[in-house]
Amino acid sequence: MHIKETFPELYNIRRPVKREEIRARLEEKTGKEYWRSLEELADSGQFEDFLHSEFPRQAGEWDDEVGRRTFLKLMGASLALAGLTSCSYQPPETVVPFVRQPAELVPGKPLFFATAMPMPGGAAGLLVRSNEGRPTHAEGNPDHPTSGTPERPAGQRVAATDVFSIASILSLYDPDRSETITNRGEIRPYTAFLGEIRTRLDEMRGRGGAGLRFLTETVTSPTTAAQLKTILTAFPGAKWHQYEPAGTNNAALGAQLAFGQPVNTVYRFDRADRVLSLDSDFLSSGAANLRYARDFAAKRRVGEGKTDMNRLYVVETTPTNTGSFADHRFAVKPSGLEPFARALAAALGAPGVSTDGAQYANVPHAAHLFAVAKDLQAVRGRSIVVAGDHQTPAVHALAHAMNQALGNVGQTIVYTDPVEAQPVDQVASLRELVGDIEGGRVEMLVIVGGNPVYNAPVDLAFTKERLDKIRTPDGRDGLRIHLSLYDDETSELCHWHIPETHFLESWGDTRAHDGTVSIIQPLIAPLYKGRSVNEFLAAFTDKPEQSGYDIVRDYWRTQRLESLVASQPAVVAQATVPAGATHRDTSLHGGSNTQGAGGAAGQNAAGANATASPSPTPGASPSPTPSASPTPSGTPNASARTAAATPANFDEAWRRVVHDGVIPGTAAKERSVTVGGNWSANLTPAQPASGGGAFEILFRPDPTVYDGRFANNGWLQELPKPLTKLTWDNAAYMSLNTARRMFGLNENDYTYKGREFNAPLVELRYRGQAVRAPVLIVPGQPDDVVTVTLGYGRTRAGRVGTSTEDKPLGYNAYRLRTSDAMWQGAGLEVVPTGEEYLLAVTQLHFNMEGRDIVRSNTLGEYLSNTGDSSREVHGGPSVATHEGAAQVSGKGSHKEPGPNDTLYPNYEYTGYKWGMAVDVASCVGCQSCVIACQSENNIPIVGKDQVSRSRHMHWLRVDNYFKGLAENPSAVHFMPIPCMHCELAPCEPVCPVHATVHSAEGTNDMVYNRCIGTRYCSNNCPYKVRRFNFLLYQDFETPSLKMMRNPDVTVRSRGVMEKCTYCIQRISYARIESEKEGRRVRDGEIVTACQSACPTEAIIFGDLNDQNSRVAKMQHDHRNYSLLAELNTRPRTTYLSAMRNPNEEIHGA
Amino acid sequence: MPQIFHRSTNTLAKLSIFGSIFVLLFVTWAVAEINRSSWNTGAFDEREQPVQFSHKHHTGDDGIDCRYCHTSVEVSSNAGLPPTKTCMNCHSQLWSDSPYLEPVRASWRDNKPIEWTRVHDLPDYVYFNHSIHVAKGVGCSSCHGRVDEMPLVYQAASLQMEWCLECHREPERFLRPKSQVFNMDWQQENALAENKTAEQLARGRQLKVDYKVRPRAILESCSTCHR
Repeated sequence: MHIKETFPELYNIRRPVKREEIRARLEEKTGKEYWRSLEELADSGQFEDFLHSEFPRQAGEWDDEVGRRTFLKLMGASLALAGLTSCSYQPPETVVPFVRQPAELVPGKPLFFATAMPMPGGAAGLLVRSNEGRPTHAEGNPDHPTSGTPERPAGQRVAATDVFSIASILSLYDPDRSETITNRGEIRPYTAFLGEIRTRLDEMRGRGGAGLRFLTETVTSPTTAAQLKTILTAFPGAKWHQYEPAGTNNAALGAQLAFGQPVNTVYRFDRADRVLSLDSDFLSSGAANLRYARDFAAKRRVGEGKTDMNRLYVVETTPTNTGSFADHRFAVKPSGLEPFARALAAALGAPGVSTDGAQYANVPHAAHLFAVAKDLQAVRGRSIVVAGDHQTPAVHALAHAMNQALGNVGQTIVYTDPVEAQPVDQVASLRELVGDIEGGRVEMLVIVGGNPVYNAPVDLAFTKERLDKIRTPDGRDGLRIHLSLYDDETSELCHWHIPETHFLESWGDTRAHDGTVSIIQPLIAPLYKGRSVNEFLAAFTDKPEQSGYDIVRDYWRTQRLESLVASQPAVVAQATVPAGATHRDTSLHGGSNTQGAGGAAGQNAAGANATASPSPTPGASPSPTPSASPTPSGTPNASARTAAATPANFDEAWRRVVHDGVIPGTAAKERSVTVGGNWSANLTPAQPASGGGAFEILFRPDPTVYDGRFANNGWLQELPKPLTKLTWDNAAYMSLNTARRMFGLNENDYTYKGREFNAPLVELRYRGQAVRAPVLIVPGQPDDVVTVTLGYGRTRAGRVGTSTEDKPLGYNAYRLRTSDAMWQGAGLEVVPTGEEYLLAVTQLHFNMEGRDIVRSNTLGEYLSNTGDSSREVHGGPSVATHEGAAQVSGKGSHKEPGPNDTLYPNYEYTGYKWGMAVDVASCVGCQSCVIACQSENNIPIVGKDQVSRSRHMHWLRVDNYFKGLAENPSAVHFMPIPCMHCELAPCEPVCPVHATVHSAEGTNDMVYNRCIGTRYCSNNCPYKVRRFNFLLYQDFETPSLKMMRNPDVTVRSRGVMEKCTYCIQRISYARIESEKEGRRVRDGEIVTACQSACPTEAIIFGDLNDQNSRVAKMQHDHRNYSLLAELNTRPRTTYLSAMRNPNEEIHGA
Repeated sequence: MPQIFHRSTNTLAKLSIFGSIFVLLFVTWAVAEINRSSWNTGAFDEREQPVQFSHKHHTGDDGIDCRYCHTSVEVSSNAGLPPTKTCMNCHSQLWSDSPYLEPVRASWRDNKPIEWTRVHDLPDYVYFNHSIHVAKGVGCSSCHGRVDEMPLVYQAASLQMEWCLECHREPERFLRPKSQVFNMDWQQENALAENKTAEQLARGRQLKVDYKVRPRAILESCSTCHR
């Protein structure tokens, strides 16, 4: 008999959501002010389930297909053998010292190395932690213009990291990375490859290299560009094409349209009082998002005497984090955005825009357009109009024209030379290449990185038939070569596949969003026999076996690096640093190299050094080259630091730039450009590419797997996507109205099987192509618009990212994409299939009962001290410091207990009193903190099936709270929820084995080796922040993954409860270091992993007993409140209420 | 039916019920003692090493300071194991052709590290930091015993949690002046004994104040050692 029949009730809880209920609720408009999901809004039975249990129903059930007899047999056997498991004897271990120990390497102390992760459009600078030669965690480089804050004085610099950089650590150790050079499927040595191309190249030399084609992604690396130029000089008939599926091609075309030349736009959000975004998600995607989010949030933050806030208007076609953050958000259809921009440009008197009154007819949100225009004009020179990377060139040009009309150019907008080494229209470039292939003009195609077979538009697809047309003039087979990190879809169709080295194991260089160059330095010798892009391209030059290190150095030698460094003693990136920025203390990383485990390393070391050596003279300290690096860089002796003000020679300059992570003076030069009066003369209003259906379609890169390149990265796959909280899949996003119309009130459109979220599967038909996709309803999506995200449906990604028939992993949206509709199109047909598809959505997981969770107020309320909770929530008190006196709220529903409202005597925290403050008003919901936590704390991934049972292990989650109507929420707030470290923690008294106890500094400790897995603690946790290892999620087997782990954090096994520790390993490290020096831990010395990744400084950690600490000051702000304070748990993590700055003239938007 | 048991068995039954309490107590005690015994903890078990390196000779007879080889003991969690280079500093000149030292020379020649057997092996969920103990006046010999008298090093203590807590609860019993931390001879007779002499307690209390040793509540917090 099957267990299913024995316990039918476990299986028969498949109940549909009552659509009527949702509708009724919405129509009443008296629902909750804040809600996390449609189910909550409708108060459906499913939601109750989620609410009342610690984990969703069945999260703890054994749901495998095992019969009762087998079950009993297994149980009997495990009971009988249970005692034996404790009889393990610790196996003998060996200790392996060095033969010759590098001077800077102290066992047990991590080193930090500056490097940068290349991404299209600009790189983020990183400081990567190396534990005994293994890179284990990536944090931002405080001196880098994108990820850091070089304009601040040394010692106060902070840095941030994006999700991709942090997750790159996992990609480095990915066991599925390509390991061997293959030729037509067989393993070959590199020399064989060199031999074959040498023969071919010699053949082609006579024809000037005609027939040789290079296809790269966007190249920003100066060295790579120089190499390609050298090759193109040697082979004048060869061509270099660039194609990036999710690049910033439209922005470049827009600049070309407006100015007649390609320029790069750098925005200065730190100077802008009013910002209008035309479908731009500048706060959480794009190359410069770390920088922009930091500047924007700093300008927005009030408190400590600052009383002004900027204001953000967002006009967008699909919900983004930036739109959620807006004071006023206007949802428009993709086809409505350009008319809106045109009308607004006309209202602002922008050059080249007709002021004909007809402009304003049929413009969405026309009623508010003039209010927005007036508000922007009121702050001439202090506003920004920013167009989304994926908007049409015309919208970009309109934004440029508007900025010019508003006097922003030179103030908040800086135009510079392009960051790309050779800006081209990438779609045209790919089209030309495909034309050449079809015309038989290509005989050797060299694909450097990228995956065009997977991600090229369908009309330019790299099919086998097409690629087979690559032939020599005399009719022999041509040669197709692919360099890539994985043996992917493109490698499969190429003759040669060369494994690429990861950026953490190779030398290189790359540019930031403002053009500043970073040297990429390796932290570890290549794990496999890979080649870097530069080493690979060298095969086409006369020095085919030159090492990457030599290539990059030689290039910078020719650029006279020493004079670059000497001419610019401070790291001052022109476009991003206000005049008068102080000199940089380059001993910073000298400190951080020996400073330790904390992410604090960078800034604290700087702090120490800044006080010790007030001299602004930058010391040229050598970068300790990773000992694991095989490059002949010598072993710079850390003690041999020279303090020359200006580097005397190339070697010193080189050491300094490698060490600092940036090359001073390499920021792109400013360009002075103006939008001409007749730029739009030849412009015909864009007619979106059309199919036969009624829907508009939008393509967007996926927020976590991007264009598909991170598909095999489990951390990114399992990271809940902002706003939708979807993991392990992509979906077709629709509005509630559209879904309602399409599926009617069919009982089966959304069903749960206890834990599972089944979405209706539809077929998307667009211009002859069709894919099947699950539908996800996204609040705020405009009606009749379907958003699809790229990057899923990979057929050859690896064991994590490959989508198969039986185990689908998303759908491939590239199959709907054509080269004339790269980002948007009209005429999509959506056909319901009647089938269902399981989605792993974490939106409902770990829900807290709809109490006083998120609070929000407006600037006016804040200043008059009237707002806060008393207005926005169910009646919490307006002042809510955790030690505040009991206050009865206006409505009297909740009261915050006073300091003596407890049965037990209060504990006096005499030493440190650790606490955290989270500013909801600054959180942009980018999820960097979640993945930084995962990397720092060895958190495993669990897989889609387990996520759908709500067994995901993230210690930190970011909750979304929507406000208002489901069709168009008036606000969305993001709330990171780590462990609250309650002083009166409800989890502690219920543990039968004292596995969770309080420390004398107020942290709620989790002792893994005591835990027996009763899960009582998580049952009693009102915040639902505890995570349980239901199964053995950690991979203890794969050797490469062992190298990835943080040695300072226990790797947990099955049956153990875990949760946020406030990064106790970083606390311990800082405490021990401070005690050895006989002082207290300084404020800012301990930076938790989440805090170090946060681009907006929304998370602050510190000592509450130090009244001058940042966290103590934040907790004294009157926006501060405790979550569920009425339960008297006295959380150490508190929240500052969200802030909005609405325009009084605009109502209801 | 006749009675199977004689009346006297009542007494026997009562006795055995009473006695079983002692049996249970004894079993508990025995299990606890076996658990603490060196059979279980591996204490006093001399480990075979690839090179027959004698601490007795190098430290005891030659008087080489601990820190000559264990260089990072004052700065890092890890005391540090000497690289082959450290051995060769002397042994390229002394005993340079001794067959005992062949593994060392081979390591130096082939650039292959020597793989030593770990003697003091804490469980992976324990995070011990050498530098802070040294900085607070906990001597090497307090935990490692008289290494200068060990030809082959063995673990001198149980390394069990109750042993750690002995000191974390009452550090005054074990603290010594920082100048004596590396002194193997310090209070030889008391090094591993109860250390409850009035003299030690008085000195320990003073050192606790001088070295700002943190209060017992903090030293006892789980997160001090477990993360």
